[in-house]
Amino acid sequence: MLDLIKQLINGLQAGSIFALVALGYTMVYGIVKLINFAHGDIIMVGAYFSLMAIPMLSSVGLPLWLCAIVAAALCAILGVVTERVAYKPLRNSPRISALITAIGVSLLLQNAFMLLFSATPKPYPSIFGKDSITLGDGFTVSYITILTIVVTVVLMVLLQMFIKRTRVGKSMRAVSEDAGAAQLMGINVNNTISITFAIGSALAAVAAVLYSAAYPLIDPYMGSFLGIKAFVAAVLGGIGSIPGAMIGGFTIGIVESLTKAYISSQISDAVVFLLLILVLLIKPTGIMGKNIGEKV
Amino acid sequence: MKKTLALLMAIAMLAMLLVGCGGGESGAPAESDSIFIGCLAPLTGDVSVYGVTTKQGAELAFEEINAAGGVNGKQLTYEFVDEKGDSMEAVNAYNMLMDKKMVALFGDVTSKPTIAVAELSAEDNMPMITATATHPDVTKKGSNVVRACFLDPYQGQIMAQFAADNLGVKTAAIIYNTSDDYSSGLKDSFTQYANEFGLTIVATEGYGADDKDFKTQLTKIQAQKPDVLFVPDYYEKASLIATQAREIGYDNPLLGVDGWDGVLAVLDEANYGVVEGCYFSNHYSVDDTTPVVANFIKNYTDKYGEAPTAFSALGYDAIYMLKAALENAKSLSKEDIIAALKVVEIDGVTGHISLDEEGNPIKVVSIVEIKDGKYTLKTKINPVGEE
Amino acid sequence: MDKRNLSSYLINTAAAVVIYLLISALISGGIITRQYQGVLVFACVNCILAVSLNLTTGFLGELALGHAGFMSIGAYTGALITKAGVVEGVPGLLLGMLAGGLVAVVFAMLIGIPVLRLKGDYLAIVTLGFGEIIRVLIEAVPFTGGAKGLTGIPRLTDFTMAYWVMVVVIVVLFAFIRSRHGRAAIAISQDDIASEASGINNTYYKILVFGIAAFFAGVAGCLYGNYMGILGASSFNFAKSIDILVIVVLGGMGSFTGSIVAAFGLTILPEVLRGFAEYRMLIYSVALIMMMLFRPSGLMGGYEFSLSRVIRKFIPGKRKEEAK
Repeated sequence: MLDLIKQLINGLQAGSIFALVALGYTMVYGIVKLINFAHGDIIMVGAYFSLMAIPMLSSVGLPLWLCAIVAAALCAILGVVTERVAYKPLRNSPRISALITAIGVSLLLQNAFMLLFSATPKPYPSIFGKDSITLGDGFTVSYITILTIVVTVVLMVLLQMFIKRTRVGKSMRAVSEDAGAAQLMGINVNNTISITFAIGSALAAVAAVLYSAAYPLIDPYMGSFLGIKAFVAAVLGGIGSIPGAMIGGFTIGIVESLTKAYISSQISDAVVFLLLILVLLIKPTGIMGKNIGEKV
Repeated sequence: MKKTLALLMAIAMLAMLLVGCGGGESGAPAESDSIFIGCLAPLTGDVSVYGVTTKQGAELAFEEINAAGGVNGKQLTYEFVDEKGDSMEAVNAYNMLMDKKMVALFGDVTSKPTIAVAELSAEDNMPMITATATHPDVTKKGSNVVRACFLDPYQGQIMAQFAADNLGVKTAAIIYNTSDDYSSGLKDSFTQYANEFGLTIVATEGYGADDKDFKTQLTKIQAQKPDVLFVPDYYEKASLIATQAREIGYDNPLLGVDGWDGVLAVLDEANYGVVEGCYFSNHYSVDDTTPVVANFIKNYTDKYGEAPTAFSALGYDAIYMLKAALENAKSLSKEDIIAALKVVEIDGVTGHISLDEEGNPIKVVSIVEIKDGKYTLKTKINPVGEE
Repeated sequence: MDKRNLSSYLINTAAAVVIYLLISALISGGIITRQYQGVLVFACVNCILAVSLNLTTGFLGELALGHAGFMSIGAYTGALITKAGVVEGVPGLLLGMLAGGLVAVVFAMLIGIPVLRLKGDYLAIVTLGFGEIIRVLIEAVPFTGGAKGLTGIPRLTDFTMAYWVMVVVIVVLFAFIRSRHGRAAIAISQDDIASEASGINNTYYKILVFGIAAFFAGVAGCLYGNYMGILGASSFNFAKSIDILVIVVLGGMGSFTGSIVAAFGLTILPEVLRGFAEYRMLIYSVALIMMMLFRPSGLMGGYEFSLSRVIRKFIPGKRKEEAK
């Protein structure tokens, strides 16, 4: 029983990261109907940015966790620039063109960073300390685990409020519903899309810092597999839905952890994808997705 | 218009083909005053880390040999061809080196491309020495292949022996990479020999090549409270596993293998504690004071500004083995070089090396302990075994 | 019409024979070195992979990112059959290719039937996942040699074999895309709602095309495995799928000619420019983006090179006939 609780906590931590990353996918997909394959690599970029910020922060005596803010700001800019340069010109092209461009951007980021920093993994300092809380016999939960779960939930709630309550959030929903009509109502569609990319990329940077602190080794390919799983989480939860991303992320984290713990560690990835196929068979719009009629 | 374009494209393609072929031929054949060694290594791609350090070790040896007057008065010329860790690229690269009339082949670094190349080199009867490919099949393709490293099964056996005899522990657990031949090979041999040495394996857990989260598996292992945890993988995974094992509260020593060499370089200094008191088997130890080792470490560090790894040491030794064979060979014919290579014997950085009839080295294994954030030689275990 | 078809088949067969004889002569004359003989085999394999992926991605307009996965299924199936040696030599290889292709089709059905019913880009993500999963499965089952790889596969593929299999695959795919079924697939990619309304069963044709593409990826895999003599599941990773996609995109989605030219170009060029190996993937990625931004149709667009058309152009008599 104690083991089960431990495994659930392990799953929640991994799931939190998936959820944060899935948010970026789900927001972008919701608004421009594009699977942004480069989103996973934004995490990698965020990890490197934050790593570079750490010595600067420590030299001026600022707390190290601020590197998350620096990385978030830089990644937001990167996200907006990629959108403007690579995706915006293709908004009216066939979807496959934009998808291929996204793959191109993903490969570009990976290879550019490999040339810049080499393929050798770099150690990541423990910026949140190494403390842990002991809850009885042999049951310790590290501070970073708790922090990851809490930060994810808080960010998720804030984002949901932002989308529902604020002006910008409302315009984002409007653009995602019908970009043409939104434009007619005086919403600046281009800026709204840019803001979406900025928020998604900033969240990816936060995820990057939490991820790197928990698994303190970063390399130029770290984002690709994480990105795929996060996308699966987004589809599972219902693409376009923010609570869906969270549910999807936690589901995948826990399913993976339990599969590894009680069935076999080898097949955990296969189980995750099987789950995805099952969901697509039974409820193609995902757990939280709503059915949208097809437009001609 | 479009038709002309297409026609032009077709012509361009044909031209490229011909240029390509021409390019292949322009490779200079070995002149009489030098010996051309073809070298294969992954210099880009996921496994480039290992390829680059192997290359650096080998290049250091080449330079030293040439500075000391070469082999019987002939300079060694060499060319490293990148195979990106891919068997297909390795085969292409091998064919290219054949076109350039290499005298002997140094490479490859990882096992699968090495086997693919060994298949071809056996047909050509091309003398081939690999520094680091540990798969048992590498030297089984033909009599032309030898290697400088010990095999996976052997290393697993040594670690089981070390755990039981030197550490005197009773129970062990294993966590290994299921999609890596090196890691799963070591797991198999450790499991096999554990019984023989009276060691009980209480848990065996696996993970995939892309995994970074091992807490689930480690939590399961922790429940069994094993005396030692055997982690047969390269240093990146080892550092992550060590970090997470400590995080969930596992305090007993971890046992590693030669892939661990370099583990401190991928840990932040504040985190050295996670591998404190761990042991791993290696081909040499950095605090070894024998002149050959000390010289190697000094020259390597001076030249590249970083500490050598086991890969660089093996690359270095493999080139010296090749040099000794070329010196002893009656002529530079393939048969004579292979014959000389089979009986080569040197005192290298990784110890005294001689080969068995299959072309696998018989040598001492160093057990390194990580103590106060440094690699320290714990003991040396002899090949024949004390048993 | 029939007569023209026949003559174009004859002309193309003759062209294939002439090219084959030319390359064979260059090989035996020592002008094509060993290195490039090997490269040519890989080019033929890549060509089969590219034309088959072009069927899904170019003609049907569905992005598939797991082509290397189907290739690996074919490679392992073919390797196990030829290794078992029930049928020796070349017939064994042919049997291996057939079986490899069919097993790949079975897997394609497993993922295609649930996914291709849906609209949207689900195929991209599911095939991507599939490509990764198949790797794990190959490593997990006992008869594939696991992580150690499958060794001792008879090396039966040579340039002649690879070349002629490639020719047959290209001919079959050309015939398919010109048929009623092929036109249906193109209609779906143009406008799926209109095609459905015209009585085309979208799902059926999507699955059909996806299956055919998987079959030929399996065939290519078998050729590859029997050329290498060793197989490891990790060779068929996402990067391999991307390599094939790059060939298709640069050559032109919806042009077999483009795929063929690009397959040979992109296999041979990196060998010639080995010094730039470090930058290869960087160049590929920039090329992908540029291509989509400035020339989304690829080098060839939808253009198909036709030798018979060229000949007709140069023979005035025939041209007049055509004008009638």
